[in-house]
Amino acid sequence: MKNSDRFSSPLWRDRALGAAAVAEMEKLAPRAAALTGGRVNFMEVCGTHTMAIAASGMRKLFPAELKMLSGPGCPVCVTSQGDIDRVLALAEMPGVIITTFGDMLKVKGSKGLDLHAMREKGADIRVVYSPLDAVELAAAEPARQVVFIGVGFETTAPVIAGAVARAKAAGLKNFSSTAFFKLVPPALELLLSDPENRIHGFMLPGHVSAIIGLEPYRFVAEKHKVPCVVTGFEPLDILTGINMLLRQIVAGKALVEDEYFRVVRKAGNPAAQRLMAEVFTVSAASWRAIGTVPATGLEFSAAYAAFDAVRRFKIPYRDAPEPKGCLCGGILLGKALPPDCKLFGKVCTPSNAVGPCMVSSEGACAAWFKYGA
Amino acid sequence: MAVLDKVVLAHGSGGRLSRELVEQVFLKSFSNPALAPLEDAAEVKIPGATLAFTTDSYVVTPVEFPGADIGRVAVCGTVNDLAVKGARPLALSAGFILEEGFSGALLARIAASMRRAADEAGVKIVTGDTKVVERGKADGVFINTSGVGLIPKGRSLSSARVKHGDVIIVSGGLADHGVAVMNARDRLGLQGGIKSDAAPLNGLAEAVLRVRGVRAMRDITRGGLATVLNEVSGACRLTAEIEENSVPVSPATRNACALLGLDPMYVANEGKIAVFVAAAAAPAALKAMRAHRYGRGAAIVGRMLKEKKPQVRLMTSIGGSRIMLMLEGEQLPRIC
Repeated sequence: MKNSDRFSSPLWRDRALGAAAVAEMEKLAPRAAALTGGRVNFMEVCGTHTMAIAASGMRKLFPAELKMLSGPGCPVCVTSQGDIDRVLALAEMPGVIITTFGDMLKVKGSKGLDLHAMREKGADIRVVYSPLDAVELAAAEPARQVVFIGVGFETTAPVIAGAVARAKAAGLKNFSSTAFFKLVPPALELLLSDPENRIHGFMLPGHVSAIIGLEPYRFVAEKHKVPCVVTGFEPLDILTGINMLLRQIVAGKALVEDEYFRVVRKAGNPAAQRLMAEVFTVSAASWRAIGTVPATGLEFSAAYAAFDAVRRFKIPYRDAPEPKGCLCGGILLGKALPPDCKLFGKVCTPSNAVGPCMVSSEGACAAWFKYGA
Repeated sequence: MAVLDKVVLAHGSGGRLSRELVEQVFLKSFSNPALAPLEDAAEVKIPGATLAFTTDSYVVTPVEFPGADIGRVAVCGTVNDLAVKGARPLALSAGFILEEGFSGALLARIAASMRRAADEAGVKIVTGDTKVVERGKADGVFINTSGVGLIPKGRSLSSARVKHGDVIIVSGGLADHGVAVMNARDRLGLQGGIKSDAAPLNGLAEAVLRVRGVRAMRDITRGGLATVLNEVSGACRLTAEIEENSVPVSPATRNACALLGLDPMYVANEGKIAVFVAAAAAPAALKAMRAHRYGRGAAIVGRMLKEKKPQVRLMTSIGGSRIMLMLEGEQLPRIC
């Protein structure tokens, strides 16, 4: 198998195999639903899954008993309004170059402005594909301060940790980053600790798991008795992942299984884990719609605190309200689907988004809107 | 419709906002029957003949990238706008806006590349213009090309003529140009030798037009196949139904798109056309296209259907279906 085929071989989009998986799902779903009160609710935690489900049009193939809920796994979406305001405050600092992934450009702060609008007002904002590009920029522009907007989960955190470590090794005094990182396992704990949650199984994120491995999810199966399957992102991966979850329910089991074993190792990626542990330390994080929760995110470790942009520019955190009428919070917690929101598709569209779930290409609202799911 | 407040980048994306800009600003002032169909080239009637007339401006960073450069794209883009109307290109113009300090050697390379593309298309650049602006007032070089072509008697291609049951053929693998430019511009270091597909397609268009039953052709550029299908569906009021598994995309480009979070259906091409042809003539049209060097990867990708609510529908690889809207805003690289 060629390396690229491991990720995206035509086999993973094969129609006959897809039809067979759907046929199995139709048999399993009613049996599982009989054990879960008539309906089975699974949550895809990751925004890339949300997008892949919508893009493949597979929702129409699901049996009536099965519902896929979107979870808090879109990096832009879970970033709190207060942290978005801090990003915009950094962009206002004189002489600062903001470097960011493209997804962050159009998220509005509490005053209705986004980075796009700041750019029109003269702020220097550049889209990069890798935080290492931001480090190179800092080396090339010694008279300017270069700030990278670090958001996301265990997937982006090691990459940014690597960039920060490189900046430190190079002795760069003009590079810094935000560390608005969130951790997936504590997010699952948050969801499950809500007595009103109705989640019967988790489709776990393939890329995050490639970093952290399977062990951190064990509490979900053991303590909460909720089945988990780490799943890849091709259509057949997703159908297979759902069937594995259904089979666990039918068998009365709750395990952490790995559908994406062609990429994910049980122990994850130890080198990435070490890098993360060196540069960051577990901390409280402020989540959209949930608030600030201890031990659910990452901040700079003492050895790297000098690279913390909000510390360098003394940007305080202020709570800020969600946009009026926006249901992003409920959608992130799996309590609502995008069409449940009164603004969806009317006031709120990708060209003129109210909430972050419509802004990010991985947001549930953007997926539903774009693909008419 | 609201009055346009300010021009934003997405107004140039080729998607829905581009369309709105044209409708809200330009159609309001310029409205006339030749402009109204908003196709790749306008038809202008003169005694005894019908001309096709088109213009396009080219802005790309970097100006040279794997497979092509701004000059080749500027010639091919205008030739192709004429070709998809069934016109034989007669002459081109070239206007240059140059930034003070732009490299003379690079400019000479661009001009030579334009000459080669024009030779390949069998057309000459017969008139031109040059302006130089102060440093910082332009990005190196901007090129405008216009072209005029002759539409042979009895030939009339238009999206409005597409009928129920017609078959949609795409001339080859999609998204190479957009990915190649992005790879070069942002130094992404993507391997796999992805090259721009920029090519003059008048020869390919002539070859397929020898088959009777071709109703319309479209140049698949900015906004990608999804945008072209939405425009055609709107013009003929039919549903366009596409089979995802049939749409040609090279493995390297497909992987690059997956990595970057781009949808190949929305990524730009500079050497691909979509042909709308009567079902009975589709096999012959496909054969004619595949026999041409720029149509070797041609494939039937879908069909046009009469439905109450016309839409562009993608039948997905695993047997699902979803709609395909016009491009909303810009395509932005994602986080993870």
